[in-house]
This record gives sequence, structure tokens and C-alpha cells, in this order.
Amino acid sequence: MAFTFAAFCYMLALLLTAALIFFAIWHIIAFDELKTDYKNPIDQCNTLNPLVLPEYLIHMFFCVMFLCAAEWLTLGLNMPLLAYHVWRYMSRPVMSGPGLYDPTTIMNADILAFCQKEGWCKLAFYLLSFFYYLYGMIYVLVSS
Amino acid sequence: MSAPGYTNLNTSVNYSLNATQNGGSAPPYQNGPAQSYPSTYPASGYGAPPQHYPSSTGHCVPASSKTPIMNNDYANYYSQHQPLLPPAAGAVTAPSSYGVPQGSLPPSQPYNTANPPASGAPLYPAAYQHPYTMPSAYYGQQYPVSQAQSQQPNLMAVSSGTNNGAPLYPIVSYPSAPGSSQYGTLRSSQAPMGPGPVSGPNVIVPPGQATGQSMSMGNGPIPPSSATPAHQGYGTATLCQQSATVNGQTNALQTQTMPHYDQNLHGHMTYSYGGVPPTTQGPDGDRPLSGTPATSVHSSPGHQPGLPYRYVTNSGVSSAPVAATTPAGQSSSSSEDEDDEDEDEEAGADSSSSTTGSASPVPNSYESLEGGSYTDPASIPPPGDLSRQAPFGYSYPAMQPNYIQTAPRSNPAPSATGYHAPGYQDMSQPFPSMSQLSAALGGLSAPELTVDSLRPVNLLQERNILPPTPTAPPEPNLSTDLKNVNCSPDTFRCTLTNIPQTQALLNKARLPLGLLLHPFRDLSLPVITSNTIVRCRSCRTYINPFVSFLDQRRWKCNLCYRVNDVPDEFMYNPVTRSYGEPHKRPEILNSTVEFIASSDYMLRPPQPAAYLFVLDVSHNAVEGGYLNVFCQSLLENLDKLPGDTRSRVGFLTFDSTIHFYNLQEGLSQPQMLVVSDIDDVFIPTADSLLVNLKESKELVKDLLNALPSMFTHTQETHSALGPALQAAYKLMSPTGGRVSVFQTQLPTLGAGTLQSREDPNQRSSTKGVKHLGPATDFYKKLALDCSGQQIAVDLFLLSSQYSDLASLACVSKYSAGSIFYYPTFHHVHNPAQRDKFQKDLQRYLTRKIGFEAVMRIRCTKGLSIHTFHGNFFVRSTDLLSLANVNPDSGFAVQMSIEESLADTSLACFQAALLYTSSKGKRRIRVHTLCLPVVSQLSDVFAGADVQAITCLLANMAIDRSISSSLTDARDALLNAVVDSLAAYRANGSNLQPAGLIAPASLQLFPLYVLALLKQKALRTGTSTRLDDRVFNMCDFKSQPLWHVMRMVHPDLYRIDSLSEQRALRLNDTVVPQPPRLQLTAEKLTRDGAFLMDCGNVLYLWVGKCCSEMFIQDVLGCPNYASIPPNMTQIPELENPDSEQLRTFLSWLQETRSFCPALYVVKDEASAKSGFFQHLVEDRTESAFSYYEFLLHIQQQMTK
Repeated sequence: MAFTFAAFCYMLALLLTAALIFFAIWHIIAFDELKTDYKNPIDQCNTLNPLVLPEYLIHMFFCVMFLCAAEWLTLGLNMPLLAYHVWRYMSRPVMSGPGLYDPTTIMNADILAFCQKEGWCKLAFYLLSFFYYLYGMIYVLVSS
Repeated sequence: MSAPGYTNLNTSVNYSLNATQNGGSAPPYQNGPAQSYPSTYPASGYGAPPQHYPSSTGHCVPASSKTPIMNNDYANYYSQHQPLLPPAAGAVTAPSSYGVPQGSLPPSQPYNTANPPASGAPLYPAAYQHPYTMPSAYYGQQYPVSQAQSQQPNLMAVSSGTNNGAPLYPIVSYPSAPGSSQYGTLRSSQAPMGPGPVSGPNVIVPPGQATGQSMSMGNGPIPPSSATPAHQGYGTATLCQQSATVNGQTNALQTQTMPHYDQNLHGHMTYSYGGVPPTTQGPDGDRPLSGTPATSVHSSPGHQPGLPYRYVTNSGVSSAPVAATTPAGQSSSSSEDEDDEDEDEEAGADSSSSTTGSASPVPNSYESLEGGSYTDPASIPPPGDLSRQAPFGYSYPAMQPNYIQTAPRSNPAPSATGYHAPGYQDMSQPFPSMSQLSAALGGLSAPELTVDSLRPVNLLQERNILPPTPTAPPEPNLSTDLKNVNCSPDTFRCTLTNIPQTQALLNKARLPLGLLLHPFRDLSLPVITSNTIVRCRSCRTYINPFVSFLDQRRWKCNLCYRVNDVPDEFMYNPVTRSYGEPHKRPEILNSTVEFIASSDYMLRPPQPAAYLFVLDVSHNAVEGGYLNVFCQSLLENLDKLPGDTRSRVGFLTFDSTIHFYNLQEGLSQPQMLVVSDIDDVFIPTADSLLVNLKESKELVKDLLNALPSMFTHTQETHSALGPALQAAYKLMSPTGGRVSVFQTQLPTLGAGTLQSREDPNQRSSTKGVKHLGPATDFYKKLALDCSGQQIAVDLFLLSSQYSDLASLACVSKYSAGSIFYYPTFHHVHNPAQRDKFQKDLQRYLTRKIGFEAVMRIRCTKGLSIHTFHGNFFVRSTDLLSLANVNPDSGFAVQMSIEESLADTSLACFQAALLYTSSKGKRRIRVHTLCLPVVSQLSDVFAGADVQAITCLLANMAIDRSISSSLTDARDALLNAVVDSLAAYRANGSNLQPAGLIAPASLQLFPLYVLALLKQKALRTGTSTRLDDRVFNMCDFKSQPLWHVMRMVHPDLYRIDSLSEQRALRLNDTVVPQPPRLQLTAEKLTRDGAFLMDCGNVLYLWVGKCCSEMFIQDVLGCPNYASIPPNMTQIPELENPDSEQLRTFLSWLQETRSFCPALYVVKDEASAKSGFFQHLVEDRTESAFSYYEFLLHIQQQMTK
């Protein structure tokens, strides 16, 4: 049993994924608020947009860490999401600031439903990966 | 059918997939909260009343004890409204209250009279029936009970008269007790006791009189003082005769509808009265018609609704201002002062004045406007009886189930005579749920309608598919009374006039579900001033004609089904000045009304009208010469700018710098302040740039006179539009208002700079078009900021070069502005364009305007709004923020069905527009549309409104082409046709396998879609400038339906041989109505002249061999060759041909707000391409002809 770099990566990923789970929950709540008319879409987009890049960067960061640790399986599991993030940000509407959400289109039922679904899917993914990282960390710690 | 493409494309269009997307993760949010209410609420509501019930029912005697209370209530009512009255007034009011009762009593009395046997003990029946007869009149559907009464109507009226005559029974007056619940009304029934003895005589009375009397009562000559009862009787009688005729007409209506319901009615009648001794029903001579009696039951109330009808039709449909104003003295007048006056009148008025006031205007207007419509008096043998029938009568069947079940059990008061009791109880019963009612109503007339609109049409064989007369919007399949009060299709239209029950059914039909709105269009409508605006407490729906009144005191929301209380104030009807008739208030009789809102509806004091003009004065602009035209127009219309004494106006010009104009009152001439720091714009002086128009009018005029010459020699070619807009935003943000921007080129300096993105070589590319979206979000963000400060930016683009309208338009799109585009404007070289600009400006400057507006669209629980189309900012799921609203903008809304509508058969939509008028009044304009819900696919097809569908599809396709690609959008459009026709075929509703079959309701669908595909916005392969394309898209999204349809599918007429055949006669003028021709060159002949009406543009195409007579008489030219190439108007010549054509042209123009430009096109002229591009049925190099398109569709369907 030794504290390897891979174990460190898993621990880090565990912590960061916990943060990402909060991000996802925050998004879900925010879109739900939009849907139930509690919030003005301009305000809501202003609060959500700054969170988008940090989330993507965090995810990208531990993907890079796994790459360095040569955890190929874990990296492979994360690649689809990484690719999705890149695609999503490339196809964002014309915006001068960072972020994804455009207050003029966010109230479109399709887009709102899509964003909400995206939030739920990410939450599920992060939750699963949270436990996977936990398992991975212990496995690495035990096996090495 | 191509499976893969099929689904994808549909998704692109959105509507097919809505259900799945929403269904998964998103819970239905809209109506959620409302659901909980109904269950709890009714219980409490019903619980209370029963207590009253027994007491009242018990007997007449107890009533007397209660009566005093009633009086008090009544007195209170008046005292509340008329604080001015001295305490003595209380005493005075008491008599007045008597008068009132008369109005209410009549219904009850009829019952007595009706039953001859009853004469012995007439008291009871009268009492019982009365309570519900009132409501029944209005909501015929709900009250099955009253059938027996129906026959009696005539009699009842008489009895009422007698009552009046007999002061002996002061108690009688109580019935008026409007404040009381249903049960309260029972007390009124006691009053009949007095009449009881009278009943005998009643029978004798000729029906004519009786009706007359009843009428007067119906009108609710409220206050007629009891002091002179005898006189009242006479007065009413005379009035009645007028009204009687009216009744007759209304009856006719009913009779027509009756047949559908006969079965139900019979069943019902037998049931309800089964327990009753036969004598009660039969005895009357009047009764002969077994089926009819049911309707007649309501007779007294029935005619009452009739009155309101006239009112409705006048104000809403026919929009004759007279009608609106006359009947509703109070309602139409917005000022509170008038209200006070009215109240005074009520209090002090003698009977005669009040009655005349209420009754006279109505019949007059009715006869003049509606007289012709009801011509069926002969249908029923005894006209007198029939006259009474309530228009709503046929709705009863719905009630029956409840009625039957509940009636027996509910009878708490066995004491009542045998036959009375059942009827009475029915009344007391909670009325059947909305859904039940609607269920009964929904499918009533379905068979006839569906037959025609479902008639299969083989498109490939139908050569002349276009009907020669303009296509009228399909009529929703509703009962006549609902139909009559329904919102005008010009204002509110739904793509499917039969709403499918479930999303699954909607998906099966493959048709989009949505609304098309023109909420602020110019029309005269009833204006209501009221302290309390009655709205549903849970969903905030405004009370409307489609709510149901459970009784006098409660109404059930038609959107969320919550039961609400009727506030006291609502019990008073300002139109008839009667009390206790909430169902006759203008809100209930009109589906389009306007409220004067109280301060509850203001976030801040109403803003003054504020106008800021931002003018491009760069070299390019001066060269084009628009400045002169603009200044002239504004000078001419300065006094007509909508506004009051607070109106403010300001000017701002820009080239590479920004120029402000100090117009402070007291200056000898306008001061120009130049700000050259465009990177950080600031306002040079705080409050003298946006000045009061009234105070500074001279300075403004000076400025407008000087402006055109000020920049004539400018060499500045740059344009700092972005900074100028920022300055305008800063200038306007304290007040809000309208910013009109005139721009002539691409912005080249400061924030919001744009580059040319168009590649002229790609204009006719078939591979899709780029740059349909904005290049920067600067203008969008600015627009959102503006919207937040209640500023709307209207954009006038007068540019002959590419100006990136796709980016610039955002500033108007999201701030609820409007966009005008004059692509080849030049004051000398293009006079047609100049004239158009001038006329547009004239309209633009003087048209009505609403400030700081919001529009909310509510719909029946189960439906939800999917997407909005138009110029606005969507602030929440059902709320649009409109900084300004103008009468020329239309909106489209896509809907989805989130929950099954199986438990209702009527779906309602309500659009409420809250705005500040230019006079600083906060107003709410409410439109309500009611449509039936159907469960059959064939019904959905039968109700398809092809024009609305086309418009909605156009909006969806434009969204699609911006968010995805033009090719996608075009495919989606094609698939929309293919899918819907395939769905129709799959439905098995046609037996002919060959050919391309469409239901008659959709027979124009392929044609319209083909036309859409050939529009500038969506066409490919034909050279189209990017700005033209984008402007066309903006137009589609922001114009009302009729305008879009004219753009998509112009009307083509042959006009060289106008005849008076089928001509329209309006007043003194005869407007020729040439048949519409199909848009194909095949219809053009060389020896003819043709007029094409494209909405904004009229083309007059003159064939080479056109008769010289026509050319001389109409065009004023000696022969064909001498017609000038750029002729833009028709000379006013004194001969019949010319006059006919000019009447026709002005008739075409009068319905539209912006004056269209006219081009006379010669056959060989180069300008003819503009004309020929609209011949959408013809083949072009890159697009199908209509026949080819049909074949293509057929091919797609078989794939």
C-alpha cells in the first residue's frame, strides 16, 4: 500500500467531483426557477454563465491528471463528457462574455428542457463517477 | 416515407417532439398550483349555503323576516357607491330596491303563471324557480331545471307587472338581493307570494305585453322607484314592445340550434319533472311544443342575454364605436367622474329615466347592426312563447346528468309542493363542472362542419384549387352563443380550431399547435372602469365570457377551474344599470375588453409619452436625402404624435460624433452639443435634451426646419451607431419610451462596429446561407438593457448597401421595436420608395402606442406555451416584456399539450396586455379565445386553419434557419406538408388510394408551403441580398397574420374589366370584387391588366395588348408605349373605369395600416421580375412549379 500519484489523482477527482455535483444541482435548481417564473432570465443567465467555464475547466483538469497518471480506463470514461463540453462550448450562441446561456432564447421550451435534461444527466454522471473514483482510489491504494 | 429524415426534420420543426421532451424531465409547471384549489374550495362554498336554503325554502313567512336584511344590503350597496347620499338616502334606496326586485322577480313569476294549476298556490313555485332562472338565462347549460318555466315566460312578465302594481307586498322587492348567494335569491322568491293571486290574470294577458314587460325587467331598470309602481308597469310595457322584437330575433337563434338538443331536452324534462304532477307541465296552452319548453324555460332570462349580445356584437365584432358608447355609458367612459355621475343617476333617478336609459340604446343598436342576422321567427308556431327563449337554452343537456342525480337527494325542503321542489333543488345544486358542460357543448355541431372541411380533395386533379373569394378563417365548432362572444379571428387565431385532447393525438395529426395574435390592433372595444378587476385568485385569469357562474356569488375559472367569489361591485351592471346580474357585465359579454387599471398594476407612476429620434447624418445619409422627408413628415405630424401635455421629445444625430440638441424652453434657437468621445459616451446636460413637446414646440420646429440643411456639405462617412444608441439609452432610461433610429449604412465606429459579411457571389447559392444570425451580441445586450428600462428601439434602415441587418435588427427584436427597411431609398431616383417612406412615417408617427407593456398568455390547464415568436423579450414562461406595443405588430405562440384535456371539452386562451396609454393611463386589454377539444383525429383535421398553420410554420422555419440552417428549415417545411397529408391518409378517412389526397381544410396547405419556400426569406437558388432575406424574416416574425398571408400568397385580380357583378356595396360606394386568380403566368393574358396585392406593395401589370381604352381611361396615357416606366400612382380621371379601380384600390388599402406602394409594371419592363417572382405556382430555375411540388410530395409520401 502506497500513496501513488494515481491515488492522489483519484482523491483530487473525488473532491472536485463533489464540487461538480454542486454545480449540477445549482444548474438544475436555476432552470427550475426559470421554469416556474421565479427568476428573470437575464439575472439567471448572468449567474449561470460565469459557472460554465469553471465547471468545464475543472473537469478538464482532472482528465489531464488521469492522463498523466495513465489511468486509461478512467480517462476513457470521461472522454465523452469532455468531448461534449468542447462541442457545447463551440456551438454556443454569439456572446461577448463567457458562458452558454442567452437570456433571449433560454425561455424557449425546447432549450429550457434541454438544459434541464443536461443538468440531470450530468448530475447522474457525476454521482456515478464520484463512487467510481472512491472505488478507484481505494483500489489503487490497496493494490499498490 | 423517408423514415430517418422524417423524424429528424420534424424535430427541427419542434412540434412533433414537444411532448417527449417536456414530458421526460420537466414536470408541468404552469397550472400545477391551481389544481389543488377546486377540491377544497367548492366544499366550503357549498357548505355555507345550505343553511340559508332550508330557511328560505321553508316558506314565504320566514322570508319576511329576512327581507329587512336584504334591504339593508341593498341600501349598503348604494351607500357604498354613493357616499354623497345623505342618510335619508337609505330610506330612499329602500323604494328603489323595490324597483329592482321587479327586475329580478319576473323570472320567478313566469313560473307561476305558466302553471295554471299553480295559480292556486303560485307562491311556492315562483319563489323556487326564481333563484335559478336568473343564472339559467345566462348559463343555460347549467340549469336544466327550468324547462317547465320556459313556457310561462310571457305570463311571468305579466305577473311582475302586477306585482309592481300591488304595493301591498313590499317584500317582493327583495328578490333583487344580489349580494345573497343562490340561496339568498330564494328570498326573492318569496316575493312571488304577492303575485300569487295575480297569476290568474297573468294567463289572460296577451303574450306581447308579457314579453315586453319581461324585457324591461331583464334590462334591469334597476332603480325605478317603487314609489310609482303602476307607472313603472306601463313604462316597462312600452319599452318591452321594442325589446320584444329583439327577443323574437334571439329566439330564432335558439330555434335553429334547438334540433341538436331535442333529445337531450326531452330526456331531461321527463326526468326532472317526473315526480311532478302532470298538471304542472301540461296545463298551459302555451306548451304545445314539448321540445321547446326547455328553452323557453329561460325565456325571461333568455331575452336578457339577447340584449347583451347586441352590445357585444356592436362593440366587438362590428366595432362600430357608436354601439360601444351608447349602451355602456359608464363602461365606455373611462373617467371615474362619469362613474360618479352614473351612480348619482341611479340613486336619484325616477323609474322612467332609468328604464329608458338602459333599454332604449340597446334595441336600437341591435336592430341596426344585427337585425338581419336572426330571421327565423316563423320556425316556432307561437312566437310569443318563443320570444322568451334563452339563447343559451340548448346547452341544458350537459346539465342533466348532474341534475338527475343530485336533484332527488338534494331536496332538503320537502315542504315545498311536489313539483316545485325538484326544480328548485336543481338550482341549488352545484352546477355541473365546466368539463361536463363543455363536453356537452363541444361536439354539438360537429357533424356538419366536419363533413365539409374533411371532404377529401385530390390535389393533383384539382386544377383551380384557389377559391375565388378570400378564404375565411374556419369557425370553431362551438355552440352559437359561445361562437358569438368568441374573440375575433383577426385578433386571436389558433392553428387548430379543434384542440386535440392529448399530445399523442396532436403528434398523430402532424400539425403544429399554436396561436397567432394581433393583440393591439386598432379597434373599438368596451372600456371598463372598475375599482376591482375580477380575476381568478389562483391563476389570475381575468373574468371572461367563458367562465361559469355557479350561482350569483361564485364563478368558476375556465382556465384553472378554481371557484372564485364574485365581488359586490361586480354585481352591478353598468350597462343596464341593474344589480344582481354579474353575467351581463360587459366583461362577460365581450371576449375583448379593456380595463382601466388601478395603481395595483403600476410599478411606477405611468410614464409620459417620450420619443427620441436618432438620425444618421453621415455623408451617405445626406446623399440619400431621407432627412428632408423625415423632417417634413415630423413637422406635419408633430401635433398628432400620441401623447398628452407631458409628452417629451428629443433629437440626436450622429456621424463619427454624436450631436445632442438642447431644446430647453426659453432658448432662442436649438443648441447643438457635440460629443466626440464615442468610446465613453456621456450626456452633456441632464434634462434639456429630452424636452416637453408642448413647451418647446417652437424650438422643435426650428430644429426640424434647420436639420436638413445643417449637414448638406458633410464629408463625414463614418457612422457611430453603437455609441449613439448607448447615448440614446442613457438619455431615455429615466423615463422609458420610444427611440426611432434612422440608419443608412454599416456602423463603422465605436462599439457595435460591424463588418460586411455578405459575399455577393453566394447570393444565389443553393447550399444554404450563412450569416443569418447576428455578428455581435452588442445590439442584443443593448436591447435587453433598453427593454429593462422600458425603451423600445425602432429601426429604419435606408441603405442601398449591405448593412448587416441580421445584427442591427437585434436592437429592435428584443426591445419590442419594429423594423423598417427601404433597400433602395433615394429621394430623387426612387420616388416610389420615397413615397412609401413618407406614408409609413405618417402612420408610424401617428399610430397608437402603448408604453411599458407586458403581455401574458394564459391557457387552460394542460396546455402550455412552448415558444414565442415576435419582437419582445420573454421574461418568463408566459410573460412577454414589451417596452412599447404598437398596433401593427403580431405575435405567434407555439403550444404544447402537457396533460390530457380529456376531462374538458373547451380549451381557452387568454392574452392580457397591460400597457400605459399615451395619455398616461394604465390599461389592460384582454382577449379570450375559446375552442372545443376533440378526441378524433378527423376532427383535428377538420378544424385546421391553414393560414394560421402557414404563418406559424413560417415562424418556426425562420427560427430553424437561424439556429440551424436554411436547408434544414426548408426540409422541415416540406416535411410538415408530407407528414400531415400522410397522417390524413393513414387516418383512413379517404377511400381513394390514388392521387394526393388532402382534407378540404388543408387543400391550400401545399400551395402555401410552396409559396413559403419561394419567399425571399427561405428561397435558395435565386439571387437574394442578405439584408432583403433577413428583413423578410423579421417581417414574418413580427407581422400579423393577414399581412404575412398576403406576403406569402398575394392576391391577383384582373382589373381591366371590372364589373359590378358580386360587387360589395358599402354605404354609397360600390366596390367591385374581381375573383382572385391563381398565381401563375397562365392566368395572365396579354390583353389584360392585373393587380397583385402583396400587402406592402401593389403591382399593376399591364399586358402588351391591353386595350387602349383601359390605358387611356385608367392610366391616363394615350397608348401602351407611352406608359412611363416607373409609374407609381393611378391618376384621378373622371370616368367610370378609373373610378371603379380607384374605389377598389382604396378599399384594399383601408384595411391595412401602412399604405402600400403601387408599381405599374409593363410587360417588358425590367421591373417585371419583382412581379413575376410572386407567381409562386410557376416553375423557376431553382424551384418547383405547384404541380411538380405536388408530385414531389407524393413521392415523399410513398417513400
